[in-house]
Amino acid sequence: MIELVHLSKTFQVSDGTVEALRDITLHIERGDIYGIIGMSGAGKSTLVRCINMLERPTSGQVIVDGKEMNAMSASQLREARRSITMIFQGFNLLMQRNCLQNICFPMELAGFKKADAKRRAMELLELVGLPDKAKSYPAQLSGGQQQRVAIARALAINPKVLLCDEATSALDPNTTHSILELIKEINQKLGITVVVITHQMSVVEDICNHVAILDGGRVVEEGLVSDVFSSPQSAAAKKLVFPSGVDETLLSQTDGRRIRLVFNGAQVTGAPIIAKMAVDIGVLANIIAASTRTIDAQAYGNMLLDIPKDSEQFDRALEYLSAIPNVIAEEVKD
Amino acid sequence: MFTGLFSSESLQEAIGVLQTEIPFAIWETFYVTVLSTALAIVIGLPLGVLLVVGEKGGVCPIPAWLLKALNVVINLLRSIPFLILMIMVFPLCRLLIGTTVGTNATIVPLVVAAFPFIARLAEGSMREVNPNVIEAAQSMGATPFQIIWKVMIPESIPSLISNATVAITTILGYSAMSGIIGGGGLGKIAINYGYYRYKYLVMVVAVILLILLVQIFQSVGTHLAIKSDKRLKK
Ligand SMILES: Nc1ncnc2c1ncn2[C@@H]1O[C@H](COP(=O)(O)OP(=O)(O)OP(=O)(O)O)[C@@H](O)[C@H]1O
Ligand SMILES: [Mg+2]
Repeated sequence: MIELVHLSKTFQVSDGTVEALRDITLHIERGDIYGIIGMSGAGKSTLVRCINMLERPTSGQVIVDGKEMNAMSASQLREARRSITMIFQGFNLLMQRNCLQNICFPMELAGFKKADAKRRAMELLELVGLPDKAKSYPAQLSGGQQQRVAIARALAINPKVLLCDEATSALDPNTTHSILELIKEINQKLGITVVVITHQMSVVEDICNHVAILDGGRVVEEGLVSDVFSSPQSAAAKKLVFPSGVDETLLSQTDGRRIRLVFNGAQVTGAPIIAKMAVDIGVLANIIAASTRTIDAQAYGNMLLDIPKDSEQFDRALEYLSAIPNVIAEEVKD
Repeated sequence: MFTGLFSSESLQEAIGVLQTEIPFAIWETFYVTVLSTALAIVIGLPLGVLLVVGEKGGVCPIPAWLLKALNVVINLLRSIPFLILMIMVFPLCRLLIGTTVGTNATIVPLVVAAFPFIARLAEGSMREVNPNVIEAAQSMGATPFQIIWKVMIPESIPSLISNATVAITTILGYSAMSGIIGGGGLGKIAINYGYYRYKYLVMVVAVILLILLVQIFQSVGTHLAIKSDKRLKK
């Protein structure tokens, strides 16, 4: 659906140039939820803005739905942009329009009849769970509600691609989760290809199928989320998966097998699970690395465990851990 | 200067003027101010918008030399003192109105003086519009014209209203000055009675009425600006 071919972007600044993107080649499948993750300044926003040509790439090609975006005239580009919508960290709603009018906005631009636009806007408000907010102004809504309106606005003219630039970064963890659920639902119901830009691992874990890790304007790792996150290869990936670092001494010593745990709103936290497992099934595990946080008594994040090599013990541990609700356990192979 | 301000003679005269000339003068001042402001907005607002959207990297860039020329003309007009400007636009006045004296003739210098000022105020309002919102509209495929009409102007309405209020009160002050070249209104009364005939009480009354007019315009403007702003939680 989206094809980036040898994409580069260089900014001219007063004291020289900034290479924001360097030779990026990516392929995003139709219907996918594709995460692009990286530290601040890695070039994520620049990359996503190149997809709809808000930023002109210095070299390389951007092909969306078979059409080469960087070769279009201004009017062709405007037409193409109608099927590639975007939501933003700052929501970017029109503050002087109420929610209904905000959702009608892209339909007005596209020349829809007023009555049709209004009807569709009401349907969309229903879809994003805000049917009673039609007459409210953005300033009267919470951040999460504003983002819902922005999502409704983005869906108004049946886009094929939804670009989300840090769409949940200004929201609290619970709201983030509900917005991500909404995006997932939209992806499944409407088959829209979604590109999610974020600096938060949890966001990628929550909804993405594929992920690319961006570092210094380069894609340093790319693939299925489960692959990339369970055995991060690059330094940038390791740092994202385990921000507080991996216990290298443990990593080099052990000759055991490894399990990665992903906490996705689990009712338990990391360390007690390991203790409980020791008591319940008698398997002793070492924590090699962990990055978890507890929000409203629910755990999010992930953990890398070292389990004795004995295959019977390993299987028991895997089974035990997998049975915990909202925890994903998988073996990590080197 | 103010001795005998309230002598029975001057009081009587003031009451006389109040009854005969003042009502019409108030109307003239009001009419000249509102009409001049309206015309100046018609010219100044598009210019102000152009100053912002025409920039490099703006919504609808225009040639750099043209933008530069616009800026120079606006600065030039703004730096000429109004008294001098009134005289300088006589030829234009004659061309448009057919005369250089009278109430209608003062509208020409007022508009010429006010539109560059309004262009600058409008420019300021346009710059206040959140650039991310403009970008969002661009990402939806909005044309430059749609961005101006559906995003920039509607989003800056509260700011435009408060700037229009600043403009109208300033123009009211200028219009009083135009009494010198034969424009009617409260300014003329103040000058004729106070400056030429030493009837200070009448002058004071005219000035108080001007102050009242400014107060009314300002209160109404502020009220409208606040009422129109949907960013305020109500
Ligand atoms: N318009 C611009 N002019 C000059 N340099 C720019 C411009 N936009 C981005 N850059 C530079 O390009 C690099 C990448 O920026 P970008 O905004 O894409 O990062 P990001 O990954 O989105 O970061 P963040 O997570 O902080 O949003 C940075 O070094 C930034 O300074
Ligand atoms: Mg960014």
